[in-house]
Amino acid sequence: MAQAIAFYFIAACILGFAVLVVTTRDTVHSVLFLVLDFLFVAALYVLLGAQFLAAIQVLVYAGGIVVLYLFVVMLVNLKRPPEAHEDPHRRTKLGFGLAAAVLLELGAIAVYGSVNPAAPMPATPAIPVSGNTEQVGWLLYTSYLIPFEIASMLLLVAMIGAIVLAKREL
Amino acid sequence: MITPVHYMLLSAALFIIGVVGVMVRKNIIIIFMSIELILNAVNINLVAFSAQLQNGIGQVFAIFVIAVAAAEAAVGLGIILAFYRNKETINIDEMNLMRS
Repeated sequence: MAQAIAFYFIAACILGFAVLVVTTRDTVHSVLFLVLDFLFVAALYVLLGAQFLAAIQVLVYAGGIVVLYLFVVMLVNLKRPPEAHEDPHRRTKLGFGLAAAVLLELGAIAVYGSVNPAAPMPATPAIPVSGNTEQVGWLLYTSYLIPFEIASMLLLVAMIGAIVLAKREL
Repeated sequence: MITPVHYMLLSAALFIIGVVGVMVRKNIIIIFMSIELILNAVNINLVAFSAQLQNGIGQVFAIFVIAVAAAEAAVGLGIILAFYRNKETINIDEMNLMRS
């Protein structure tokens, strides 16, 4: 019962702040709503028993990525907000229509999935450790070692690329 | 009782909000933030199924998604800064340099 109350409260906060992120005119306010949204997603991870991922969410998303967004919002210093002038070629209704098409697609997948239920998953081999962080670390350094190393290379390449892009002259 | 279906519905709703943001807004920074919302929706799904199946594989994939999101944010914001330095705008309708 308490879990259901916590879930509905967190879900309402996530969706409400997500709507505010998309609809707010002021970009700085939008970034701040994004921080709140990420924090509630981290709370949802705690509810699901993924404490390590919740900590990563707070550290990387709410602490790192959002600060990057805030810096860019401050640096570009909008004298003329993009929404101020109208572009006759832009069709907002088409955007809403395409989003509705995505929603229909998701609904179709859900209906198909409820009509043809998937075969039950085979039992995964037991992991010789207990605790959420130990479990994730065990998987990262055994079964998923190569993707882990590729992710580290990707981050290195992205870091170098961001520096090259943002530098005034090389 | 909260089942995975609840988490999937929440995830789908968050995904649709992100898609509407990408399709409708003109400010490219807000479009990037909508993409982050979409990636978070995917992560909620992964973690919900990880909890349902009693293994940590979904959480490992969510960590990879977070790493890719960080890389995407760094490179994308670098591109926005470089573009703003040249054109003095972040309106996505004016980003048509590649159009002949």
